[in-house]
Amino acid sequence: MSTEKTEWPLWEVFIRSKNGLSHKHVGSIHAADAEMAIENARDVYTRRMEGISIWVVESNNIHASNPQDKEAFFDPANDKIYRHPTFYDIPDEVGHM
Amino acid sequence: MTQVRDFEQEFLDKIEKEVKIEARDWMPDAYRKTLIRQISQHAHSEVVGMLPEANWITRAPSLRRKVALLAKVQDEAGHGLYLYSAVETLGAKREDTIDDMHEGRAKYSNIFNYPTLTWADIGTVGWLVDGAAIQNQVMLTRTSHGPYSRAMVRICKEESFHQRQGYEIVMTLAQGTPEQKEMAQDALNRWWWPSLMMFGPSDAESTHSQQSLAWKIKRQGNDELRQEFIDKTVPQAEYLGLTIPDPDLKWNEERGHYDFGKINWDEFLNVIKGNGPMNRSRLRARKAAKDNGAWVREAATAYAEKKAKRKAQSAA
Ligand SMILES: [Fe+2]
Ligand SMILES: [Fe+2]
Repeated sequence: MSTEKTEWPLWEVFIRSKNGLSHKHVGSIHAADAEMAIENARDVYTRRMEGISIWVVESNNIHASNPQDKEAFFDPANDKIYRHPTFYDIPDEVGHM
Repeated sequence: MTQVRDFEQEFLDKIEKEVKIEARDWMPDAYRKTLIRQISQHAHSEVVGMLPEANWITRAPSLRRKVALLAKVQDEAGHGLYLYSAVETLGAKREDTIDDMHEGRAKYSNIFNYPTLTWADIGTVGWLVDGAAIQNQVMLTRTSHGPYSRAMVRICKEESFHQRQGYEIVMTLAQGTPEQKEMAQDALNRWWWPSLMMFGPSDAESTHSQQSLAWKIKRQGNDELRQEFIDKTVPQAEYLGLTIPDPDLKWNEERGHYDFGKINWDEFLNVIKGNGPMNRSRLRARKAAKDNGAWVREAATAYAEKKAKRKAQSAA
C-alpha cells in the first residue's frame, strides 16, 4: 500500500433551503470532483430536507477579505449616515414614508 | 505615527463581548491548538461511536427499529463530518487528525470502549450516552469559536431523535416480560457509571478546564454538566421502574439536586489507557476501514481525472 496521502480536495457547500431564499454556506466536504461533492453534500447536509439546491465551490477558489484589515476596509461606509432614511426629518403629519 | 495593534487584546475583547471567533481571525496559538484537539477528538468520537451501534443493525428486532438505528448511525457519520469541517477551518488536515487517532496521539470518547452486549444496550446508549452528549453539546452551541458553534447547532437539532428512539426501546423492554425488564435493568447497571464519566474528571482536578472556560470554549464545568444530567435522568429511570445502580443516590432538598455516589476514576483511567474491553477492537476497525477503503478513494480520484481529461478534449 502506498503511504502517499491522496486526500480528495475540499469543497465549500452552499444550500438554498427553499425558493425565494439565497444559497447559504453550511460547511465543507471532501470529494474527488464536483459531481461527487454535490452528492456527498446532499448526504451530509440535507438528510432532513434542509435544501432544494446545492452549490459547491472548491475551497481553493474562494478569495476572502482580510479580517485584520476589517476596520480600514469597511471604514468608507462607516460615517455616511446620510445613506439611512432616519437622517432626514419628515414631519409625522406626512405619514409613513 | 504608527499605532501598534495588540492582536491578543483584540481577541480577548471579542471573547469578553461574546463576539464569535471566525476562521481567518487572529487567535492565540494555544487557543487554535486546543480547538483542533478538542474538535477533532469530538469528531473521532462521533465516528467511533458508530461501531457499537452498527453491531446491532442486522439484528434489530423489527423493521421500525432497524430504519431508526440505521438513520441514527448515519447521523453520527454526518456529525463527524460537520466537526472535521470545523477543524479544517483552523488549518488542520482531516486525514492528519485521523492518523493522530490511529497512532494513539489523539483520543475519542472513552464510553465507546465498552461493548453493546444485548439489544437493551442500544436503547440505553441512545437514552444515556446520547443524553450525556446532548448535555455537553447544548453547552457547546455557545462556544466562542464560530465554526464549532454552528456545527453544534446542527448536531443538537438531530440528537433529540437519537435519545427518544433509545428511550422508546428501553421503555418497551421495561414494560415487557420480566426477562425483558431484566435486560433493560442489566444494561442500565452497566452503562450508568461510564455515562457519568463522559463529562470528564472533576473540575478541581482538570487543568485544561480553567483556560477553556476563560476562553469560553466551554461554558460550564464538568461537575455542573454531570449534575444537570443526573437531575434530568433520575426521574426518567423512575418512570421506567428501573433502579439506578447507586445506593447513595438521593434527592437533596437543600441543594435542589440529587446527591450521588463516588465515581470510580481508577476504572476510567484504566480504560482510557487502553485497557477497556473494546479499545483494541475499535481502533482495529477504524484502521481497517481506512486501509480497506484506500482503493476506492484512489479509483475515485483516477475516475475524476479521466472525466476531466475527456471534458477538456471534447471542449478543444
Ligand atoms: Fe452525534
Ligand atoms: Fe447521537
